[in-house]
Amino acid sequence: MVRLPYVTALTTLFSYGLLFAFGQLRDFFRRIIDWFKSSSKDLKGYAPICLGLEDFYTRRLYLRIQDCFSRPIASAPDAWFDVVERYSKDNNKTLHRTAKTSQCLNLGSYNYLGFAAADEYCTPRVIKSLKKYSPSTCSIRVDGGTTDLHNELELLVARFVGKPAAITFGMGYVTNSAIIPVLIGKGGLIISDSLNHNSIVNGARGSGAAVRVFQHNNAAHLEEVLREQIAEGQPRTHRPWKKIIVIVEGIYSMEGELCQLPEIIAVCKKYKVYTYLDEAHSIGAVGKSGKGVCELLGVDPADVDLMMGTFTKSFGSCGGYIAASKEIVQYLKHACPAHLYATSMSPPAVQQVISAIKVILGEDGSSRGAQKLAQIRENSNFFRSELKKMGFEVLGDNDSPVMPIMLYNPAKIPAFSRECLRHNVAVVTVAFPATPLLLARARICISAAQSREDLVKGLEVISKVGDLVGIKYFPAEPPKHGNQAHKKVE
Amino acid sequence: MIPSHLKSSVGDSKEDAGFSAFGLGLELERRGALESLKVEVMASAIVNATTAVVEWASMAFDAPFADAVVFGVHVDGHLVVEVLLIAVILFQLTRKSYKPPKKPLSEKEIDDLCEEWVPEPLHPPITEEMKVEPPTLESAAGPHTVIDGKEVVNFASSNYLGLIGNETIIDSCVASLEKYGVGSCGPRGFYGTIDVHLDCEKRIAKFMGTPDSILYSYGISTIFSVIPAFCKKGDIIVVDEGVHWGVQNGLYLSRSNVVYFKHNDMASLESTLEKLAHGNKQAEKVRRYIVVEALYQNSGQIAPLNDIVRLKEKYRFRIILEESHSFGVLGNTGRGLAELYGVPIEKIDIITAGMGNALATDGGFCTGNARVVDHQRLSSSGYVFSASLPPYLASAAVAAVNYLEDNPSVLMTLRRNIHLLWEGLSDVPGLMIVSDPLSPIVFLKLKNSTGSLKNDLELLNKIAERVLKEDSVFIVSTKRSVLDKCRLPVGIRVFVSAGHTESDIKKVSESLRRVATENL
Repeated sequence: MVRLPYVTALTTLFSYGLLFAFGQLRDFFRRIIDWFKSSSKDLKGYAPICLGLEDFYTRRLYLRIQDCFSRPIASAPDAWFDVVERYSKDNNKTLHRTAKTSQCLNLGSYNYLGFAAADEYCTPRVIKSLKKYSPSTCSIRVDGGTTDLHNELELLVARFVGKPAAITFGMGYVTNSAIIPVLIGKGGLIISDSLNHNSIVNGARGSGAAVRVFQHNNAAHLEEVLREQIAEGQPRTHRPWKKIIVIVEGIYSMEGELCQLPEIIAVCKKYKVYTYLDEAHSIGAVGKSGKGVCELLGVDPADVDLMMGTFTKSFGSCGGYIAASKEIVQYLKHACPAHLYATSMSPPAVQQVISAIKVILGEDGSSRGAQKLAQIRENSNFFRSELKKMGFEVLGDNDSPVMPIMLYNPAKIPAFSRECLRHNVAVVTVAFPATPLLLARARICISAAQSREDLVKGLEVISKVGDLVGIKYFPAEPPKHGNQAHKKVE
Repeated sequence: MIPSHLKSSVGDSKEDAGFSAFGLGLELERRGALESLKVEVMASAIVNATTAVVEWASMAFDAPFADAVVFGVHVDGHLVVEVLLIAVILFQLTRKSYKPPKKPLSEKEIDDLCEEWVPEPLHPPITEEMKVEPPTLESAAGPHTVIDGKEVVNFASSNYLGLIGNETIIDSCVASLEKYGVGSCGPRGFYGTIDVHLDCEKRIAKFMGTPDSILYSYGISTIFSVIPAFCKKGDIIVVDEGVHWGVQNGLYLSRSNVVYFKHNDMASLESTLEKLAHGNKQAEKVRRYIVVEALYQNSGQIAPLNDIVRLKEKYRFRIILEESHSFGVLGNTGRGLAELYGVPIEKIDIITAGMGNALATDGGFCTGNARVVDHQRLSSSGYVFSASLPPYLASAAVAAVNYLEDNPSVLMTLRRNIHLLWEGLSDVPGLMIVSDPLSPIVFLKLKNSTGSLKNDLELLNKIAERVLKEDSVFIVSTKRSVLDKCRLPVGIRVFVSAGHTESDIKKVSESLRRVATENL
């Protein structure tokens, strides 16, 4: 839970107000200058692509700190990678690449199990499959796009996750957007967590069903909403809902929190609603053998109706999957637009996932999988406890490899990001609109590829920069005493 | 005691009785005839009471009004009472009728409702046709592939330039894999931008002749992310009715006003634009778009770009052109529909394309002027919230574009193959070609449709199966999802590639002719 000190809230609001005022002032002068210059004849009669206020945030706030985002890299996103240096001649409005790179510690990529770079087991097999099947099949799955690799992958994913069958797609975002409209339509109700990802929101909107939101991770509020909705029925007609689906995520990527799955599943079973679990960040990264939040929290996979996940984060590939009962998967293969209209997943990417799952399960004949899983758990817990000891405000639960550090003030975002980059540590900072306006944060993603020395170096740099920028909102723990007293300073 | 002026208007005691009777009459009216018995019993009491009240009221009201003259009319006591009565009646008439108060449901009632409620199952009953599995390929999906151990001629992959299996492309992919691994492990905003992405964007922009382009990580997500980024609620979009599901989904997500015009019919487009232009007075603030596909995958038709550009300039609309199947295919050097019709590329506002067809890789791109491309970097959901394209696919795209630029003769081979196929299929009984002569998707539809979509599909699937089993030629019928709103007829799609030889083309024509004669 975020505990925002009052003084910080006030200063943050003041900063945004100042930025807003300056932005408006500059817009005013820009309008005057543009009025003198005649507009080109071609654009006469056309409404502008972006009306003034729609991209105000982009032009006046985001462009100032544009160099903190979209930093290009010139190597694989491994534990250490090369960040390309950029320069700007017009105050960050346009950025140009240079040929110089600097090697930085990677605390930002989703490389939970370290499969991002060339791997000794996976890469030779991927190259072999590339030479056999080519980079693409150029057809949709139901035409000529199903190779034996795809079939093997679906069986393997189903076995790994613990469900009877699975179906895979070429992109995780499309999985959500195209599956939800197939399962539920007008007359149905979707109840989704308030902090769900944009792909789920898009899928829910595209389905035509009614959408209600319940408070983040609050099973009691979910029960309240369910009772109210089932009793009321559809709005205005009061007919009973055709079906209700509750959508939650395994790990919420902006909070680092785990879902309260056992309580939510209990509520859903009681009221006969269907559950959809999006394990984009948690599959492969948590759980004793990497099988996700179900394993970690002791929930039987048979209790969750649909389990969705992506291959981008823990398996170092691309694509998404849905695991469910045989009948649901058969129906999806017949009706899902992403299966019927989109190019099938690239065969080398399929092979990468197959090899990665085999390594995790230990079926490649070595214990690297178990080592990686133990490594990421150790790394996450060590990093999180050290950050907390230093006095940072870190969100998220134990065992979760995602840890956001609260920054709050808009000026601290570029300060933190640029200072860390100067010390060769690459971090990710997130602001509005991905997070609420006042709650900007830096998000750390731990990887199994990072060694203890890497983490210690990262901690040193973050501590130094944290002192400089002033984000240690809690008192640092003195190294001799071991008690954890978290008192608000301000 | 009745004051003198009352006496003068009311008159003598006979009038007095009349006044009381008037009050009595009112009482009767109000209580209804059924209660008249009760009333009679109480009549005397009421008469006395009424008289007393009137005396009191008249004394209270008339004292100041003793000599009041309003508009030349004497204001008498009883007039005040009557006016008050009328006011009360009017007041009651304006009140709403009686409604029982809303009681919220009790906990037990909610429990009962929850117990009673039975949801529909997540999936409809599984029919036989749902259990059909597509054929599994055991090698690359090139012009010849292996299915079930047998070698077949493959007309089901949109591998128009024959780039599957091309050595240069595979080599560049291998180099990329060894350097970058497979995935990019992050969205574009958070260290997912790899230098090959930036190189690929520049290469495509240079090839198309536009200032910049933007890469998406999946072909179909390109169009349904671009449309909501530019079209918001209240905007007007005119779109062809034969567009594919990706476009339809984008239109739905954009929440704009969507108007369909008849498939590839310019007269219908013109009349639709005319109607919209005249109905709209707020034209300056509203953005207006025309969305068309260059090569429709639901029918194989090609959109007449010069007519569309003429109409767009006349009515001040912007064009969004979906070039998934025409990029790398149409035009002398493969630059797409604009080159085919000789339209300068600046006149087309937004071009999107999936790279899973001619370029034999995956992903998509969008290109246009600098403002268009920059806007998408922050407001296109498929770009911002999704992991970026795997780097080896981006290098495959660069290699494919280089190949196309260096070998424009491959387009001549493709066109020759299409022409040969047209000749071979021109006399197949029961099927007719409805696609454009330049289109590499040769679309055959049933001459006499059975009337229902399901039966048509069954018949076509049977033909495709027999062709595969008996003659080792792999062709496919169109697929329709339950969510698809397109109502164009289904048919068989034959994807022609530049990698096919003359004998392949002859084989498919003969096979189709034979099976169609037997089945239709």
